Amino acid sequence: MIESDKVLDATNVACPMPIVKTKKAMQELNSGEVLEVHATDQGAKSDLTAWAKSGGHELLEDSEEDQILKFWIKKG
Amino acid sequence: MSENKKTTIVLFSGDYDKAMAAYIIANGAAAYDHEVTIFHTFWGLNALRKDEHLSVNKGLLEKIFGKMMPRGVDKMGLSKMNYLGMGKKMIKNVMKKHNATSLPDLVDMAQEQDVKLIACTMTMDLLGLKKEELLDHIEYAGVAAYIGDSEDGNITLFI
Repeated sequence: MIESDKVLDATNVACPMPIVKTKKAMQELNSGEVLEVHATDQGAKSDLTAWAKSGGHELLEDSEEDQILKFWIKKG
Repeated sequence: MSENKKTTIVLFSGDYDKAMAAYIIANGAAAYDHEVTIFHTFWGLNALRKDEHLSVNKGLLEKIFGKMMPRGVDKMGLSKMNYLGMGKKMIKNVMKKHNATSLPDLVDMAQEQDVKLIACTMTMDLLGLKKEELLDHIEYAGVAAYIGDSEDGNITLFI
């Protein structure tokens, strides 16, 4: 289990909101801290993977349970 | 000089669905820390119109144009299957059901994210649109400003 410094609820919002919310939440973290994102948009996996890579962040892990997608992103 | 990447979009269309695509891409690019510009020309200018009726001094032809064109994004019709506005109503219901962000909210969010909204002044003259009729905090420019933003840009789209 990865320890997260902040949890973002991006469930029940559609594109482009998960990525816009994640960006805002990430701004409040320091480098090395981990943001946990919960989303229900099925495109979120591809979106967050691409976004994290472009921004120099690291997608540590992702999972899906009860149709909620969870991501752990370490700020670069 | 900033080292941010740039996305520029020309919004030519005045259709709800096409404007929605433009504003979703703009907000997505802003979330990627791009400097984003949307250059509104021709029918795309209607996306920048305030929804209230304003009495501005203009000629008959301009007044007729003003009446016939949608006041703001929420009044736009669909590019396909509009069926006198029924299709548009249906799409808005479907959007709500699927938690899609409404187009007026996307425009607000773009402004919050510092997306630069530009109105093309030449086509404003053609369609008889005045500054008072358009949203606050937008810029007014011509083709050179758009090229200036795009020439060292990374993504550019014409919608």
